[in-house]
Amino acid sequence: MVVAALAALPLAYLVVRSAGAGSDAWAVLWRDSMVDLVGRTLLLVGAVTAAATVLGVALAWLVVATDLPGRRFWGVAAALPLVVPSYVTALALLAALGPGGLVQVPWLFGFTGAFGALTLATYPYVFLLTAAAMRRADPALEEAARSLGHGRARAFRVVTLPVLRPSIAGGAVLVALYALSDFGVVSLMRYDALTRAIYQQYRSLFDRTPAAILGIALVVLTVLVLVAEARGRGGGRVTRSAAGADRPAVPVPLGRARWPALGFCATVVGLALVVPVGVLGYWAQRPRGGDADAGDLLGWAGHSLLASGLAAAVAGLAALPVATLAVRHRARWTRALAQLTYGANALPGIVIALSLVFFATRIAEPVYQTLALLVFAYVVRFLPQALAGAEGAMARVDPQLRHAARGLGAGRLRVAARITLPLAAPGVLAGVTLVFLSAMKELPATLLLRPIGFDTLATEVWTATTVSAYSQAALPALLLIALSAPVIYLLQVRPGRPAALAAEPASD
Amino acid sequence: MIRRLALALILAVALGVVAACGGDDEGGGSQAEARKLVVYSGRAKALVGPLMADFQRRSGIKLEVRYGDSAELAATIAEEGDNSPADVFFSQDAGALGAVEEEGLLAPMPKAVLDRVPARFRDPKGRWVGTSGRARVVAYSTERLKGSELPDSIFDFTDKRWKGRIGFPPSNASFQAFISGMRLTVGDERTRAWLRDIRENDPTLLENNIQTEEAIARGEIDVGFVNHYYVYELSAEQPGFPVANHFLRAGDPGSLVNAAGVGLIAGSDAGAAAREFVDFLLSATGQRYFAQKTFEYPLTAGVAPPKGLRSLEDVHGPDVALGRLGGKLRSTLEMLSEAGFAS
Repeated sequence: MVVAALAALPLAYLVVRSAGAGSDAWAVLWRDSMVDLVGRTLLLVGAVTAAATVLGVALAWLVVATDLPGRRFWGVAAALPLVVPSYVTALALLAALGPGGLVQVPWLFGFTGAFGALTLATYPYVFLLTAAAMRRADPALEEAARSLGHGRARAFRVVTLPVLRPSIAGGAVLVALYALSDFGVVSLMRYDALTRAIYQQYRSLFDRTPAAILGIALVVLTVLVLVAEARGRGGGRVTRSAAGADRPAVPVPLGRARWPALGFCATVVGLALVVPVGVLGYWAQRPRGGDADAGDLLGWAGHSLLASGLAAAVAGLAALPVATLAVRHRARWTRALAQLTYGANALPGIVIALSLVFFATRIAEPVYQTLALLVFAYVVRFLPQALAGAEGAMARVDPQLRHAARGLGAGRLRVAARITLPLAAPGVLAGVTLVFLSAMKELPATLLLRPIGFDTLATEVWTATTVSAYSQAALPALLLIALSAPVIYLLQVRPGRPAALAAEPASD
Repeated sequence: MIRRLALALILAVALGVVAACGGDDEGGGSQAEARKLVVYSGRAKALVGPLMADFQRRSGIKLEVRYGDSAELAATIAEEGDNSPADVFFSQDAGALGAVEEEGLLAPMPKAVLDRVPARFRDPKGRWVGTSGRARVVAYSTERLKGSELPDSIFDFTDKRWKGRIGFPPSNASFQAFISGMRLTVGDERTRAWLRDIRENDPTLLENNIQTEEAIARGEIDVGFVNHYYVYELSAEQPGFPVANHFLRAGDPGSLVNAAGVGLIAGSDAGAAAREFVDFLLSATGQRYFAQKTFEYPLTAGVAPPKGLRSLEDVHGPDVALGRLGGKLRSTLEMLSEAGFAS
């Protein structure tokens, strides 16, 4: 409850800001161009969400369920684009494919470019959450379906997909929210979306009221997305009653299909990761590059790791009670509570940052512009990502197990620690990983709320790109990617065998 | 699993602490009563960082600088209201200063300070002062055009010969200031006509000045309406950057000179130190820094302009006080939106 209230601060701010507005301020909503703007925004969000979901699920299946050569490598590589700031992806695509690039794609500007860059930047949300759910899925189910005569495709659709649905839907929501709130990509690709209008209000009019009203319009769109998500999640619920067949699933042999599969992975990872890294590498070796010494880089990296690590831990802890509530008590108000926390996620970072400036300077001045507030800002901004992971996973924990444990005399906490958490762990981990990676590259809140002098890799990348010193942006950006790889490996790929912990409570 | 998660996160945080401490180059708590000054800077660290360090060395005042986007910092100061930790706002453009001034959050400046800068580069109410000038220019491709082929008035770019060859950033503050300046010099009717005619020439609309320059370099467009100093930044990054500046005739609306500037935050209690900082920016040292390092025009008398640039008098755009541009902004945006240049 407290968590949700805190996460709703940005919404409260929007209400405060727009409450004082006169009717002429509301007029921004009723201009003719607004219909266009909303239409274009929805088109982009819809297309990006669909494409990112397909890419993410396909990659997750290949990496988790098949004998794809180099699965672990692809497991890390396919998740890494998440940490490439999306405007870097866009810049890199422009450098590689834009006018004067290696291959020239004349229609890159506008919808195509925005769609491409955003899809490549966001599919890892679906990939990470779905892969986590697949790792946790009971292989015996699909095997049973197969033994009953279903083909592989049908078994996947009828048996596996329903189990994965909450996670896929959770990932898709994150993609949609990201696409709704993104400004960097649409601006570079010159695609007019709602966020561009909001930034225009801040940037050129210095007017916070119409910006707040446009922000509310964005929140309304978010609610639409969430309603769609609730449908996508499905009314039913598939739980896993016992640890089930407690062994890794037998990988699906790809046979000849392995080469196209590899090609597919290589293409996606190539565009989403290799192109940006390549362009960054090219920038780094330009004459002016490498001005920063190792000490500086180390300091920035330290700040990034510190703030993002704390944010991930806090967000993970904060998500647990909200997810528990939302999953167990499926009352309207608990859903609303969980959705409230999503609302903030679709707002551009600058709105969230300003709302915290507003509240912190009024009611929490001692922590204003301290690390604590920065971490808090990350948690508010990225809580939905932790939630998407935790909720999807908790939905699969069979309540019978808890009831049984309670019946045997275990206290609530003990049940949570011994049963719920271990069973839900991969999903929770996936969510926490998302928060960590997102916080690593977060910019607007970092700029306004960090302690003075608390430079991070992301702020350094930004600082350099504002004066078009791409060569100086390259090293911190590359380091950002390099530091995130081991985190993804530790949290996602290595814990591939969930057996040990899960088996314990089940055997009681 | 949970244990491993905890381990991984603790590891990340611990690494962070170690690296952050290792990377800290601040000397730690020295004198008990060291004076300090909090500056919100909309000007990039890469541009003004060395100047800040120089001030710190000379004055013994410890600067704490928060770098960000000028408009976003202006919004931040407005949200902070009376509780702003900032003592000084150092802004990329006069518009952001004007916005903070309108919120009543800037303190008056001593007349002696204001008088060092020509009247059109400071706030008529005396609450902010320009520190360096940037001229509007026409940037052009050196590969496809010669400087002599370019007209010397912005009004001549409505000619059909420029169809499909022009680009500019309509949502950019400096472009909007240029349109406001045009309205103040030639009136709304001619400005509207110009916007309409330029629209006829199918301009490419970009997000900011840098993108405009890059579009020229890539061959998407041949000329762009931008500020004069971006070409220097880009040439430093990419030697041989195939773009150059064309200055329009003095007095033409297309050669408006805008200013970066500084204001003192009303609630600040660092009065003396803050004034010392402003003095430094306007001193010969500060002004020379802008001329030599950021290729901007010094605004105080007696400091030479950047090498290879005409003097400010020759660039002298329309005779418009920057303080008057802010009031026109809203109607300028409406005009741009009517002309199809803004959403």
